[in-house]
Amino acid sequence: MVRRILDWLDHRTGLETAVKEFMLEEIPASSGWPQVFGSMAMFFFLLQAVTGLLLSFNYAPTPGEAYKSLRYIMAEVTGGRIIRGLHHWGASMMIVVVALHMAQVAIWGAYKKPREATWMAGVALLLITLGFGLTGYLLPWDNRAYWGTVVATQIAAKSPGIGDYLTRLLASADGIGVVTFARFYAMHVMLLPAAMAGTILLHVVLVRRHGVTPAPGDTAPKKKFYPGQVFQDTVAIFVGFCILMTLAITVQAPLEKLADPTDISYIPRPEWYFLWLFQMLKLFEGPMEVVGTHIIPGLAVGLLILLPFIDRKKVARLSDRKMAMAVLLLVATGLGGLTTAAIRSTPPSASGMSAELDGAAWQSLEPSELAGLSHFRKQNCMTCHAVGSQGGKLGPDLLQMPRKRSIGELVEFFRNPQQSRPGTNMPPVALASRQLNDLAAFVLKLDAASAEALLETPKVVAEGAVVYQDNRCNMCHVLNGAGKKLGPSLNGVGRKRTRAWLLEHFVNPQKLSPGSTMPPYRLPDRDLASLTDYLMALE
Amino acid sequence: MISSSDTSGLPSRRRFYLAGIYGLWALMGAALAAPAALYLLIPPRRSRKEEWMEVGDIGALAVGQPEEMSFQRVRKDGWKLIAEKTTAWVLRRSESELVAYTPMCTHLGCAYHWDEKNGNFLCPCHMSAFSSDGKVLSGPAPRALDRYLVKIEGTKLFVGGVKPGEQVS
Repeated sequence: MVRRILDWLDHRTGLETAVKEFMLEEIPASSGWPQVFGSMAMFFFLLQAVTGLLLSFNYAPTPGEAYKSLRYIMAEVTGGRIIRGLHHWGASMMIVVVALHMAQVAIWGAYKKPREATWMAGVALLLITLGFGLTGYLLPWDNRAYWGTVVATQIAAKSPGIGDYLTRLLASADGIGVVTFARFYAMHVMLLPAAMAGTILLHVVLVRRHGVTPAPGDTAPKKKFYPGQVFQDTVAIFVGFCILMTLAITVQAPLEKLADPTDISYIPRPEWYFLWLFQMLKLFEGPMEVVGTHIIPGLAVGLLILLPFIDRKKVARLSDRKMAMAVLLLVATGLGGLTTAAIRSTPPSASGMSAELDGAAWQSLEPSELAGLSHFRKQNCMTCHAVGSQGGKLGPDLLQMPRKRSIGELVEFFRNPQQSRPGTNMPPVALASRQLNDLAAFVLKLDAASAEALLETPKVVAEGAVVYQDNRCNMCHVLNGAGKKLGPSLNGVGRKRTRAWLLEHFVNPQKLSPGSTMPPYRLPDRDLASLTDYLMALE
Repeated sequence: MISSSDTSGLPSRRRFYLAGIYGLWALMGAALAAPAALYLLIPPRRSRKEEWMEVGDIGALAVGQPEEMSFQRVRKDGWKLIAEKTTAWVLRRSESELVAYTPMCTHLGCAYHWDEKNGNFLCPCHMSAFSSDGKVLSGPAPRALDRYLVKIEGTKLFVGGVKPGEQVS
């Protein structure tokens, strides 16, 4: 039955015949493990396409929204971390595999006549791969993406002769904006994939036309691509896939704070495969800069493309290719050395500054509850009361209290414990009604699941919430769903603004937000500092 | 799938190759398909719990007379928390009993209205009619009107999650 369907299909489309022809291609008897990298590169490209497509199902390609949707993918969407991990680390994987592929071809001298065009198409594929890395770098729209791309567009702007036009093409004349973002996105998901697919097709057709390069002196009868070589390719792909999967699961792809164009303390770093370029720039200063930014990279690409015309000797044994080997070794050492130097000079703060995704327990509290925590501490409630395993033994464990009490009842109790529960040892809590309300709100929030994490809330954050409550910020602002909506919501304000901006804004709101109806707040320095810390730390 | 007169090695080696090729590709396919399926099909984790939403004052609501009340609903839309206006058809069936229906026809989601003349709910899209207790009277609707869970504090009405209406047998 299956046979009949396949025959019918083959008769109409020639599909099976074509697949057979492709798989049963004759290859030299000498080919084997060194020839696996081309198939690997193809596999990792397709994997990037699949994971990229999956990401795009949950991703909003505009600045700001891009960051939020990516956070959503990583923190809320099931499996989102793995999919982003595969895409992020897969990009690095591609660079490694493409480099290995090119090194193999170079060492074997497989670019020589008549395979010059195959090699040149391959160099184009390398450049497209790097283009993917460069354009994809901006898409998370975090600080790393923003500042890294600022540097890249500035370098493009300095291109001799065409800098101005490149700036217009990238819409980066006034810095990185929404239009720049749209262009990078369009390049990443439309232009480059189309260019890649077309060039891969050309590359593979040429490989098939000229056949795999045999080792010198290989006169043995040819063998078939399938199943021997296909098996070796599969094993190599599998090994690469396992490495990538492990990376995606164990090493979280970085997502730093939201892009902050005012954050002048940020030190941008490019992706590791551009680090050698980054380091080389340091060697050239002033008018010589263009040597590092354009002339040397341009020469490198030019030499790479023209390699088959520079090294025109006939294909020879590896042992007779000493000159070629020496050049290759020199290039590898240079790249490796520059990259190492760049990594060494990276300040520790510039890397590994991932934003905390899971959020501390206090992040979900309303300001009143958080202020209540501060009162809870200042009143030393835990001298008498236990909270689970912590605290005193005189009073009842607060986690064992009846759940169904209202804030009102609790406030009554705090004010005059003896009246509500005759015979209790609890002293009245000496706080104003509003503060008692907050304290009650916090006590009701305590449960076995979160109590321990809540009690670890940084002091400054809880105190900031007290300042927030004392100044009735909730009369105009919403925070974690509580408060009125006259002013903007304060959740995530720390991602949009800098600390300096907030501090200045309290003193003179209209200067920074013209038309704002917010009154100025002249708070004591200490209060101002804790309130700002609290707001900056909020997700 | 591909049979050939290939002479690369002994039959046992060929079998090993084939097992390796199909086995490893199947393994990789599964390792990719599993997270992809979870990613696309499992609803995202929600940090927000369902909350009671205040609909309004029902002190003036007459028995037997449905009224469409509008209220603000805060809900998670992907990565955003949005506040949107929505409505409920609220009907006081007796002094002590009150129902609130979601405002969408259970057929294809059109907004229905109260047909004063016939004393029933009527959907203008495909003429589904519902009695005041939500049951399907006629038309293509597959189930009775969906209801909100309701809670009354004083004269204030709060609604919570949605309980789907009974299927038409």
